[in-house]
Amino acid sequence: MQEIKREILISKAAELLESGVVDRVLGWKAGEFDYDVTPAMFHNADELEKEFVWNDFCGANFSKYLVNETGKSENKVLVFLKPCDTYSFNQLLTEHRFDREKVYAVGVSCNGMLDVNKIKESAESIASISMETDKVMVDTLYDGKITFERKDVLSERCINCKSKKHVAYDELLGEDGDVVDSSRFDEVEKLEKMTPDERFAFWQKELSRCIRCNACRDVCPACTCEKCVFDNPNSGIENKAAANSFEEKMFHIIRAFHVAGRCTDCGECSRVCPQHIPLHLLNRKFIKDIDNFYGEYQAGSEVGSRAPIVNYTTEDLEPGEAVERGDGNA
Amino acid sequence: MRKISIDKLYVLFSSIAESSKLYIPVDTKAGAKFEEWESGKTLSNALNTVRSTKDFFFPQTENLMDFKVEGKNIEIIDTRSESEDFVIFGVRACDVKSFEVLDRVFLSEPVDSYYKNRREHGVIISVACIKPAETCFCGTFGIDAADPEGDVVCYKTDDALYMDAKTEKGKKLLDSVSCLTDEADTKACDEQKELIHERFSKLPLANLSADAFGSGKTSEFFDAPEWRELSQSCLGCGTCTFVCPTCQCYDIKDFNTGHGIRRFRCWDSCMYSEFTKMSAGQPRLTQLERFRQRFMHKLVYYPTNNDGLFSCVGCGRCLSKCPIQMNIVKVMKKLGGKENAAN
Amino acid sequence: MQQINEPLIPKIGVVTDIRIDTPDVKTFRVVTPDGKKAFDHMPGQCAMLSIPGVGEAMFSITSSPTNKEFMEFSIKKCGCVTEWLHSMEAGQQITIRGPYGKPFPVDTEFAGHDMLFIAGGIGLAPLRSVINYCRHYRDRYGKIDIVYGSRSMQDLVDYKEIIDEWSKDSGVNVHLTIDRDQPEWGGHVGFVPNYVKELGFSTDKIAILCGPPIMIKFTLAGLQELGFDKTQVYTTLELRMKCGIGKCGRCNVGTKYVCKDGPVFRCDEIDELPDEY
Repeated sequence: MQEIKREILISKAAELLESGVVDRVLGWKAGEFDYDVTPAMFHNADELEKEFVWNDFCGANFSKYLVNETGKSENKVLVFLKPCDTYSFNQLLTEHRFDREKVYAVGVSCNGMLDVNKIKESAESIASISMETDKVMVDTLYDGKITFERKDVLSERCINCKSKKHVAYDELLGEDGDVVDSSRFDEVEKLEKMTPDERFAFWQKELSRCIRCNACRDVCPACTCEKCVFDNPNSGIENKAAANSFEEKMFHIIRAFHVAGRCTDCGECSRVCPQHIPLHLLNRKFIKDIDNFYGEYQAGSEVGSRAPIVNYTTEDLEPGEAVERGDGNA
Repeated sequence: MRKISIDKLYVLFSSIAESSKLYIPVDTKAGAKFEEWESGKTLSNALNTVRSTKDFFFPQTENLMDFKVEGKNIEIIDTRSESEDFVIFGVRACDVKSFEVLDRVFLSEPVDSYYKNRREHGVIISVACIKPAETCFCGTFGIDAADPEGDVVCYKTDDALYMDAKTEKGKKLLDSVSCLTDEADTKACDEQKELIHERFSKLPLANLSADAFGSGKTSEFFDAPEWRELSQSCLGCGTCTFVCPTCQCYDIKDFNTGHGIRRFRCWDSCMYSEFTKMSAGQPRLTQLERFRQRFMHKLVYYPTNNDGLFSCVGCGRCLSKCPIQMNIVKVMKKLGGKENAAN
Repeated sequence: MQQINEPLIPKIGVVTDIRIDTPDVKTFRVVTPDGKKAFDHMPGQCAMLSIPGVGEAMFSITSSPTNKEFMEFSIKKCGCVTEWLHSMEAGQQITIRGPYGKPFPVDTEFAGHDMLFIAGGIGLAPLRSVINYCRHYRDRYGKIDIVYGSRSMQDLVDYKEIIDEWSKDSGVNVHLTIDRDQPEWGGHVGFVPNYVKELGFSTDKIAILCGPPIMIKFTLAGLQELGFDKTQVYTTLELRMKCGIGKCGRCNVGTKYVCKDGPVFRCDEIDELPDEY
């Protein structure tokens, strides 16, 4: 359950609307059920009171919406950001993708978001979901009440949360946390320990489920190209569906390369994948390698930082050395 | 009505699989999916598969023909071949209905022979839904999950599987396994039907109405101001269209195999900006127009051209898969006027 | 399996002649490898042409159905497929399938009427088929007026045929115009919509409009000022197409599919479509 209450967010938003600091609020809107929350724009206290939600399913990272939203008006938009969202926020600012002056960012502390798919694994038909501190109580349609330990139904990215600290905000609701010593590279290490054949088989199996819906790309805050090469009919690689078995691997590998050094590991790609492909592992491998080869670097931890792979220094590792060091654990 | 004891289910599968490929839903780490049955594979208890059953007849990508190009000459190679017979076990009422929606597109003149070929060779065994999910709303479109369509209709109880042939194809299939099954009365099925009806009436979306939509309602909804709000956070990805059992837009593309040119078709999505883009212009400029197209097509355009039949079967896949949780239910409630005001 | 007809599988066509019409329009003559017409069509209908490996695209058939020997396509260079077509030489094989779409109602609604054809630029391409059909069955139609304009004299498609054939027919009046004056041009200068108003046609005709959207918009307004009703005016729509048979979903506008229900529409029918074309 989230420490900060919905009412606090609403009253903050209403206050900022009232005082004219912002003229609209990017927030989460209640859905049909207790878990289907939609990003939406709110314009007044009435709308907020009626439909605004802040709960354990507000996983969507709003940073990317700011690219378009800030272009729509001269007035400021209020955006609520969880700690991990603020890294994407900074990274987009580093890449000059939106105007900071047009945003009023309110940081909200976060206790981790839940993955409804994990709940559905044991509770197929959900009537309602309620929260206590460490418990998630699900009322099902046919199997009565099922209680989960919160940690068992947390999203993967939240189990491996890298930071409870907001790296950007105008105002903060709740206590700020710290950068967390996460074990997010454990899964990557497991993959590294595989033989190349095993690893190929792993990715073959995972990526063969890809339906090329592009949700991973379209949600990714690092994917903000005006026109994606995969959408360009003249690029020769526009194919939407796999023309051969290698096609979907190309798409994901090229995308991982493209966001390397810029990916903040926000985990949106894996959250939205309808086929539950652990796409974040591709990006984490790059992050881990960059850390190993060039020293620790977290994209988005500050505005204007240059990723080691686009910032040449004389101390840089030679390409040959990288291959050598990568050998066996690449 | 025929009946087989549930512990003989895999004997039945084995017998069906002797003469044709049999597909059943199985559980995987990433949810249920249809797989070819072989000894040892167990039937999923999940309500439905992540991907829809349209894949069987309208696969995500399929080769249409090959070309050999030599100098100025072109040779067209017809690569079509007769489909093998196959049986799909465990299709839900919503997905069976989706075949009718697809049939009206692909089997209307001029007939799509690729689709027809598979359709003719597929036998559909449907299973009534005893545990509908909160995301189910097939009833909105007049589908009775207690009485699905299909070549063979099944009811699965704790101890038996009841089977009823509805078509010639289905009768042939049941005849071929008659030595494994016994004649049964409809008592158990009738009880189950009653239970299903009761459960559906209590679902959260039980009262969702499509009455406001349908034939000839283009002008009523096309310029509705609500489209802006509904579409505002749409990412423009194709997830809803790809998991949808009735979405059937496709693209045709050529691919150089290194030995010649292969022309294939693949799923396409009206949610994509490239979908309608021409060298001369773009009729759907923003995501609002693309988003509107998808729902207008399902709720108004398609019914107008198909005797009022909606191009949505209420399977609920888009409800659980949309990255931003926007879906046809929210659209219908927002636009559906007084019919949905109370929901 | 092989014997079942599949609409998506094309035939082979041979481009036997390529005529340069304007700096960016060429007319391609297409027959089957054994020298015949690939299929019969009616004026206004289209065909899918493709070059394997490059792509397939929809073009209106510019030759008249009364031409029993070959088909012609006047094609403006504006995309991937058209660029390839423009760069090829005669003798090249392509693929062709069709005919697609609803034709102009030449034998029903048009029969017995005076005809007014109005075209701008490459918009003459779809009209050439119906103009030549009406000229062929001259006695079935009344007076024929053709208003045709383009950016310059060099951009007038089929200029030779217009001067040598159309303008010499009895009962056929050709009114040409170009956007900006040129020294070698002795005719009218000005935009098509204005020229139509200047010419001031009587309203007892059927008008057929084809050209860029902006020209259609203003010409239609002009015709209405002259007293024409939208039910007397026909035009063609163009949207992106892939299948040509109303299935792939791309050219869907409201309840219509341009490839199947169009490309020919009466202007009052267009009014009923949502504004998405």
